[in-house]
Amino acid sequence: MSTATDTKRKAPAGEKVADWADGRLGIYSLAKANMRKIFPDHWSFMLGEICLYSFIIIILTGVYLTLFFHPSMNEVVYHGPYEPMQGIRMSEAYASTLDISFDVRGGLLVRQIHHWAALIFLAGMFVHMMRVFFTGAFRKPREINWLFGFLLFVLGMFTGFTGYSLPDDLLSGTGVRFTQGAILAMPVIGTYISMFLFGGEFPGGDFVARFYSIHILLLPGIMLGLLVGHLILVFYHKHTQFAGPGRTNKNVVGMPLLPVYMAKAGGFFFLVFGVIAVIAGIASINPIWAIGPYRPDQVSTGAQPDWYMGFAEGLIRVMPGWEINLWGHTLVLGVLIPLTLFGVILGAIAVYPFIESWVTGDKREHHILDRPRNAPTRTAFGVAWITVYFIGLVGGGNDLWATHFHLSLNAISWFVRIFFFAGPVIAFVVTKRICLGLQRRDKEKVLHGRESGLIKRLPHGEFVEVHEPLAPAQLHTLTAHEQYKPVEIGPLVDENGVKRKVSVVQKLRAKLSKGYYGENNQIAKPTAEEYKEITSGHGHH
Amino acid sequence: MKKLSARRRHPLAAVVVLLLALAATGGLYAAFAPASKAQADETAQSLAIDEGKKLYSVGCASCHGTGGQGTTDGPQLVGVGSAAVDFQVGTGRMPAQQPGAQVPKKKVIYTQAEIDQLAAYVASLGAGPIVPTKSQVSPEGADVAKGGDLFRTNCAQCHNFTGEGGALTKGKYAPSLEGVDPKHIYEAMQTGPQSMPSFPDSTMPEQQKKDIIAYIKTVNSSESASPGGLSLGGLGPVSEGLFGWIFGLGALIAVAIWVAAHTAKAKKS
Amino acid sequence: MSSQEIPEENLPAEQDAAHGAVEGAGDPFADPGLPAHKPRIQDIDERAANRSERAVAFMFTLSMLATVGFIASYVIFPVDKIVYIFPFGHVSALNFSLGLTLGVALFAIGAGAVHWARTLMSDVEVADDRHAIAAEPEVKAKVLADFAAGAEESAFGRRKLIRNTMFGALALVPLAGVVLLRDLGPLPEKKLRSTLWAKGKQLINMNTMEPLRPEDVVVGSLTFAMPEGLEEDAHDFQVQIAKAALMIIRIEPDNIKDKREREWAHEGIVAFSKICTHVGCPISLYEQQTHHVLCPCHQSTFDLSDGARVIFGPAGHALPQLRIGVNSEGNLEALGDFEEPVGPAFWERG
Repeated sequence: MSTATDTKRKAPAGEKVADWADGRLGIYSLAKANMRKIFPDHWSFMLGEICLYSFIIIILTGVYLTLFFHPSMNEVVYHGPYEPMQGIRMSEAYASTLDISFDVRGGLLVRQIHHWAALIFLAGMFVHMMRVFFTGAFRKPREINWLFGFLLFVLGMFTGFTGYSLPDDLLSGTGVRFTQGAILAMPVIGTYISMFLFGGEFPGGDFVARFYSIHILLLPGIMLGLLVGHLILVFYHKHTQFAGPGRTNKNVVGMPLLPVYMAKAGGFFFLVFGVIAVIAGIASINPIWAIGPYRPDQVSTGAQPDWYMGFAEGLIRVMPGWEINLWGHTLVLGVLIPLTLFGVILGAIAVYPFIESWVTGDKREHHILDRPRNAPTRTAFGVAWITVYFIGLVGGGNDLWATHFHLSLNAISWFVRIFFFAGPVIAFVVTKRICLGLQRRDKEKVLHGRESGLIKRLPHGEFVEVHEPLAPAQLHTLTAHEQYKPVEIGPLVDENGVKRKVSVVQKLRAKLSKGYYGENNQIAKPTAEEYKEITSGHGHH
Repeated sequence: MKKLSARRRHPLAAVVVLLLALAATGGLYAAFAPASKAQADETAQSLAIDEGKKLYSVGCASCHGTGGQGTTDGPQLVGVGSAAVDFQVGTGRMPAQQPGAQVPKKKVIYTQAEIDQLAAYVASLGAGPIVPTKSQVSPEGADVAKGGDLFRTNCAQCHNFTGEGGALTKGKYAPSLEGVDPKHIYEAMQTGPQSMPSFPDSTMPEQQKKDIIAYIKTVNSSESASPGGLSLGGLGPVSEGLFGWIFGLGALIAVAIWVAAHTAKAKKS
Repeated sequence: MSSQEIPEENLPAEQDAAHGAVEGAGDPFADPGLPAHKPRIQDIDERAANRSERAVAFMFTLSMLATVGFIASYVIFPVDKIVYIFPFGHVSALNFSLGLTLGVALFAIGAGAVHWARTLMSDVEVADDRHAIAAEPEVKAKVLADFAAGAEESAFGRRKLIRNTMFGALALVPLAGVVLLRDLGPLPEKKLRSTLWAKGKQLINMNTMEPLRPEDVVVGSLTFAMPEGLEEDAHDFQVQIAKAALMIIRIEPDNIKDKREREWAHEGIVAFSKICTHVGCPISLYEQQTHHVLCPCHQSTFDLSDGARVIFGPAGHALPQLRIGVNSEGNLEALGDFEEPVGPAFWERG
């Protein structure tokens, strides 16, 4: 194109390469939009990066592990260096995991990095998801990305579970046995699915190889695709930001990708990897040599899955043993109900954005984040959801809570049974109260200023605390949030006296909307008039 | 059996039992004791029984009855053997302090000599498992790997993979095996204290008990290796998950706060 | 620098006015705009900036040293060397040193880069404009027109035969893939209904691998048994033991509450399936005083003195009991297979 300039000056080597690439890939146009892309600074915006980087770490270490791991259930007799396993019969998968731990130099470290990174990946996704939830970052235009993220979380759980099962040790084998039992509980198709998945009766000789291909290829492949989509959408939508001076719904304020975020985000990868490597160096995870090879007739107490499955485990543990036998068939409600609840509870958080947008009827784009207190109903719902989740987790570890807090196992199960229902209700009510209280405090602060801590004695002897008025930036920040009016159904009879048809759905929507935004469900934010009246009226104190 | 228990409160019952037990012990003793030392040991033994009886009537009789016949507060001790006494008293479980789901391990209040005397007395009430010898519990000649396999079949279901303990129903629990005297582990397997079932020699031969003890001592002692680092209590995924959340994610969030924080300005605003 | 002049086109807030639910923009306190940039100490003091530079360089150097340390550890420490390090315990020297050196090597790179970004790169906040994502009406109209033209040219809507057969073909072709999955495993048939137990099979003690005799099993003891003829090195050992594992206890016959249990026992020796009826964990946390047995996985509790009925937890039915007796050699033997399927319930169990 611009041959004239090219001939005039000698382009540096880097530029020549870039020119070459641009002629084929169009990189200059890409870079024009993205090289100085702005990212806002907030620690909670880096939670997603923790997930991204731990995912990369998992892939790197996972590839290394495949070099040594044998996904085979052929029986071998162990004669390696680990003394307490000498002469013990085990699968090749278990034996090769012992070899990775005791024969391959650094193999143990890589195994531990892989496993710790997996736990942190899931924990990071959970916290990231909650950050997005509580700040309302899932609103238009980001609903699809919310679903991508949710799918990544769910797939991450199953990828983790299949990986945890691969060493064929006594603990993971027990987990696989549970999976098989749960599959058997499925009406009509259960026994067929079980036979097909395990290549016959449990445990058979196939599941490690099959889980292996699911764990290293199928699920991570899908996750990689979703992850790329997730990142493209983050770039495309540009990041959300908290309200503040100069920060509007129409801009994004922060530092440019080049150089600041290149260094910060790039550096953060090394920080995450470094922290996980240190953890893997100092803390043992899944010591399969102490657990022993899987045998379907052996078991250990404290048989738990990794934490991200603990919530499902808890639901299973506290469920009463309901079973219906009719017409020669068995409906295993004791297993089916908790598994269904597991899906329903996860699904509830996934579809929440669509419910909220239906209630508000808001079709606008939202790029300014809510402070959780300014969306009391949403925040209360989120806290209730977390409460259910963590009560499930408590149930999943009920035996360990029992021994470590000297409680009765049965009492904890009953606690979980009751608080599975009561907990979220209490959490919802309490959270909403707290949010409204915080809203009132913000209003107070805007109208009366900040408590300065200075005590002044008035001429007539009264002591007052001096309230400092807020700076304009703070006033703006505290009042930048939007408040919705509840949807009205309107009169049920139109002007001609004809009854108007109002569908049940409309009524429900109006009811929900009132619950969200009606009287006593949000504190009207201070108006400029109120502020003027107070500040001009009787001075500020 | 019923007839017997109905008459166990007969004034002469204790005497009869005692006589029977003495006869049994004596008989057993005659059968097992090395011949040359028999004379001296016999006197020592009967002295120990006398001393034990005194200790028993002070410390144990209120719950277990004056002749070990048992009461509503404590089980019968006839036939439990010296191993049971050595285990229960030697781990401080007996004398029990208060009723509860389970009698816990506590500070031992008797000296080993006193425990031996008590054991001798209770053993004299009726034959039962006897305290193992040093060689019966020593790791020498034990197959650790075989012990591990036996441990996973017979013990891990309650005591966890490496003997960290675990929960039973209604507040009962299988205690941790860390730091437990091999002798006591052996005795527990023989006698089945409290909720624990027994693993008598008829179904689990002596050598296998030795293997199991050797395995426990290999994987769960202060010298046991945890190659990967902190063992986190050896409790499996729950403690790993807690550690991952608190120290893993916690550290990363702390780092994220540093990365995202604004650098200090030259002048405070 | 600041965002005072935002072009007023494509503003998201303007997109929707139809919904009465939304209260107006309603921002009572005007946005004062981005605050002026305040310099950091590094921006005004060259010495501070130089200190930062040295700190960053130190980090990168530290990383290099740690990598050297990593390689050195790899070479020096034997893979099986255990050392005591407070407070971590007796740990692998190799794992510990590799983890720490790798951790430092990586962390220092990150810390250097972030410190560089935080102290030496510009920290002036920049505002970037957003643009509405939805297309302009003209664009949308053009796309719809293009699509209509394309659809029209394809005659997709007009020639229904093509459309219907194409849908049919596309719907059917994945069946090829589904059919291929058939050989993943056999059909269930009656496989889950039977175990290796049969009349006359002796109960083999899993500790000693010898036949169990009634006098071996004392009250309060717990023993595990498997069927005679099953060898640990058999190719189907795992599959068979997963169904056949047995838990043997002895209860005074008078203390057995369930009539059938007493009849199926031999002098108080009862044999129950070791496989939990909930999801199949080997249940065996036997409390000999109460005769309760607890599952370590999900805490189903069964009363072994009362037909192994469920007294707590998620299991839906009692543990199956194996009917046992004594053969002519005085060994315990099975008097048949379990009368019901062992392990977790399934649809066809009935």
